[in-house]
Amino acid sequence: MLFFTRWKAAAILITALAVCLCAVPNFFAESTVRNWPAWAQRHIVLGLDLQGGSHLLLEVDSGAVRKEQLQSVADDVLRVLRQARIPFTGRAIRGNNVDVHITRDTDVDTALSKLRELSQPMAGILGTTGQRNIDVNENGGLITLAPTEPAITERVRQAVDQSIQIIERRVNELGLVEPTIQREGADRILVQVPGLQDPSRLKEILGKTAKLDFRMVDQAMTVEQAQQSHPSDSEILEGEHGEQYLIEKRVLVSGADLTDAQPGFDQNGSQPIVSFRFNSTGARKFAEATQANVGKPFAIVLDNKVISAPVIREPILGGSGQISGSFTVQQANDLAILLRAGALPAPLTIIEERTVGPGLGQDSINAGEHAAYAGAALVIVFMFATYGLFGLFANIAVAINVAMIFGVLSLLSATLTLPGIAGIVLTVGIAVDSNVLIYERIREEVRTGRTAINAIDAGFSRALATILDSNITTFIAAAVLFYIGTGPVRGFAVTLGIGIITTLFTAFTLTRLIVAYWVRMWRPRMVPI
Amino acid sequence: MRLLRIVPDDTRFDFMRFRRVSFPISAMLSIAAIALYFFHGLNFGIDFVGGTLMEVQTKAGPADLAKMRSTVGSLHLGDFQLQQFGAPNDVLIRISEQPGGDQAQQQAVQRVRDALGDEVDYRRVEVVGPSVSTELLAYGTIGLVLAIVAILIYLWFRFEWQFALGAMIANVHDLVLTVGFMSLTRIDFDLTSIAALLTILGYSLNDTVVIYDRIREMLRRYKRMSMPDLLNVSVNATLSRSIITHVTVAMSLLALLLFGGQAIHSFTATMMFGVVLVGTYTSVFIASPILIYLGVGSARMGGTDEPEARPETPAATPAPSPPSRRVRARR
Repeated sequence: MLFFTRWKAAAILITALAVCLCAVPNFFAESTVRNWPAWAQRHIVLGLDLQGGSHLLLEVDSGAVRKEQLQSVADDVLRVLRQARIPFTGRAIRGNNVDVHITRDTDVDTALSKLRELSQPMAGILGTTGQRNIDVNENGGLITLAPTEPAITERVRQAVDQSIQIIERRVNELGLVEPTIQREGADRILVQVPGLQDPSRLKEILGKTAKLDFRMVDQAMTVEQAQQSHPSDSEILEGEHGEQYLIEKRVLVSGADLTDAQPGFDQNGSQPIVSFRFNSTGARKFAEATQANVGKPFAIVLDNKVISAPVIREPILGGSGQISGSFTVQQANDLAILLRAGALPAPLTIIEERTVGPGLGQDSINAGEHAAYAGAALVIVFMFATYGLFGLFANIAVAINVAMIFGVLSLLSATLTLPGIAGIVLTVGIAVDSNVLIYERIREEVRTGRTAINAIDAGFSRALATILDSNITTFIAAAVLFYIGTGPVRGFAVTLGIGIITTLFTAFTLTRLIVAYWVRMWRPRMVPI
Repeated sequence: MRLLRIVPDDTRFDFMRFRRVSFPISAMLSIAAIALYFFHGLNFGIDFVGGTLMEVQTKAGPADLAKMRSTVGSLHLGDFQLQQFGAPNDVLIRISEQPGGDQAQQQAVQRVRDALGDEVDYRRVEVVGPSVSTELLAYGTIGLVLAIVAILIYLWFRFEWQFALGAMIANVHDLVLTVGFMSLTRIDFDLTSIAALLTILGYSLNDTVVIYDRIREMLRRYKRMSMPDLLNVSVNATLSRSIITHVTVAMSLLALLLFGGQAIHSFTATMMFGVVLVGTYTSVFIASPILIYLGVGSARMGGTDEPEARPETPAATPAPSPPSRRVRARR
C-alpha cells in the first residue's frame, strides 16, 4: 500500500494540482478573466440566494391550450361539412371531444371519410410515429372527434417553446441582466433574474398574454339586447372602467401582424399613447377594413378587454396608427414592450416565486465564510492535537480536498448556494473521517505488535475498504437528493456528491502518498500516533 | 508531544448488555416521536403547504411589530404570523395559503408590498402556490423512501441481508426520532429539512457501515466467539474512531450553527440532533445488537477460535495480508 511508482506519484500530484488550478478563475474579477482563453474561464456561479435576485416558476395553462385545440377542431369540422354540403346538427365541444350529428343517414359515410382527412399522422424524430393527431369515431350518425394524447402533449410542448421565446423577448426588452429562462418539466418555465429586487413589474409583464385584436363594434343591437338574445357572432366585452361593449368576434387584424410598437405622447403632448406599425399584410387588411367602415366605431381589444373604441374618421392606409387609452407612462411603455414581443400562445400563471435581496445574499456569503473558517480552524486544531504529525498530514489532505471541490465546481460551472456551502463544510467532516479511520486502524495495528511500516501498510489497506463502503452509502443519499431536489437542495447535493468523490480520491491517493513519502524519508521505527 | 486520546486504547465496555435497556427505550422514544408527529404535527413551511414568506428589514430603527401586525391584519389575508428574526429590525412575515389558486398568492404578496411600502427592505420573498407545494412534498417523501431503498439494496449486495435490514431499522429509527425532534421544537419543516434528513441518513449509515465492516471482519476471523462478545469487540475496536469523527462533525456543525446565519439554522440544528446525538447512539446501541436478533452468526458452526491459515482479509481489501497477522487473535 505504501509503494508508488514514480509515474503513478506524478500522475496523482498532477491530477490534484490540475483540479485545484481550475478554481483559480474564481479569485479574479470577471473583467480580468474575460481576457483569458475560453477553457480557463469556467468559474463558480453564485446562486440567487447568495447574489440576490428573483426566481419565478411559471406554468403554461395547458387547459387553455387544450381548449383552443378543441376549438380549432370544431372550426375545421364546420368548414369541412359546409364545403361538402352535408347537413348536420348539434356540433359541440363535450369534454375532450367534438361531437357532430349528421342529419341524413346517407351522408354519414361521406362525412366520416371527409372528417377522417382532418386526422394527420404525427411526425416524430424518425419519420412518422404511426399515431394520428385526432381519433374519429362514428356511432349511429353521431361523429366524435377527439385529439389524441400525443397530439395534446405535442401542442403543449409547442406552446411552452413559443412562450419561452416570447418571455425571452419581453425580459430582454425590460433590460434585465443575464436572465436564465428554461423549460421545467412538461408545462413549466423557470425564469431566474440575478440582481432583481422587486419582481412586481416583471411579474406584471409575464402575466399578460398580450393578445391584441382589432375588431368592429357590433351596432346591430345594444348590449342589453345582446344579453337577451346571445348573438352567435358577437360577444360582450368590458372596457378598462367596467363599461360594456358588444364586439364582433371576427378579427380585422391581429397583433401578430404588428412589426413595431413604441410608447409616445398624443399631439397635445400630455396623454401617453402607443404608436404601432403593421407589416404589409396587416396594413392591407387594416386599410380595407377602415375603407369599408368609415364612420363606424371599431375596438382595440387586448386580452379580451376593450382598450379603446374609436370611430373610424377616414381610411387608414399608411399601415400605422396609435392606441390611446387612459395609460400612465409606465403602462404605455409596458404595452409597447408586450406588443413588440408578441402574444403568448396560452396564459401563464406564476406558481412559485423566490426573491432574495442583495443585502441578505451578502450576509449569507459572509455567514458561510465565517462558518467555514471557524469550522476549519476547530477541526485543524483538533486533528493536530489528536494525531500530531499525522494530523498535519490529514489537514493538508483536507485542505487540498476543499481546493479540489472548488476546482470541480468551477469546471462544471456549478451554482454555489448557501446549502452548498453547508455541503462543503460537511464534506470537511467526511474527509476528516476518512483520515480518522485510517489512523485509528494504524493505531490498532500498532497495538497488535506490528512494526511501524507494517502497521501503516495494514492500516491503510483495511481502512480504505471501509472508507469506500461508507462513502458510497453517503453518495447514494447525495445522488437521490440531486435527483429529486430543486434549487438550493440540489446545490447541497452537488457539493456533497463532489466532496465524496474528492474525499475518496485524496484518501486513496494523496494521504497515502504523503505518508509513503514520509516513511521513505524517515524510515520510522515508531508510528507517532 | 503528547497526543490527545479521547478514548483510551483497548476499551472493553459491554455495550451488548445494554440492549435490554436500549431497545425498550428506543421503542418508546420512537412511539413517542410518531405520536408527536400525528398529534402535535410538524411545522410545515410554505414549501409544503403553500403560502407566502417575507423577510423584511425596517429602514429606520427597530421594527414596530404591533404596528406591522395591524397593517398586515387589515388586509384580511387569513392566518398570518409576524415574528422577530435575528436582529431587532428583521421581521419574518408568514401568510397562509390564500384560497383561489396560484394567482391569489401573487395578489396577496402584492397587497402586502403595497401596504408596507418603502418603510422596509424586502430581504427575501418566497411564494409557493398550491400546485408546487403538493409536488414538493410528494417528491420529498419519494426521495427519502428511494434513498432508503437504494442504500438497502447496496448493503444487501455488499453484506448479508441481515445487515441490510439491521442498518435500515437503525436508520429509520434515526429518522423517526429526528422527525419527533422537529415536531417537538416546531422547527420549520421545508425542503432543507428533507436535505437534512437525507444527510442524517447518509451519515448514520456511514457510521453503521463502519461498524458492520468490522463485525463482518470479526465474523470471518473468530468462528466460535459468542455473538454478543464478538459485537462488543467490534464496537469497542471502532469506538475511538466513532467518537473522534463525531467530535469533528460536531465541530463543523457547531461552526455552522454559530456563524452560518439564520437561513440554515434549522438545517444545522436538525443535523446536530440527528447525526451527533442520535446517530452515535444508534450505531452502538441499536445497529449492532440488532444483528443478534436478526440471527447473524447463528448459523456458524465448527471451526476453531484460532485465526484461519488462509488470508482472512475482507473481500474488498486487495492487498495480501502480511503473515504477522496470525499473532493477533489472542490478546
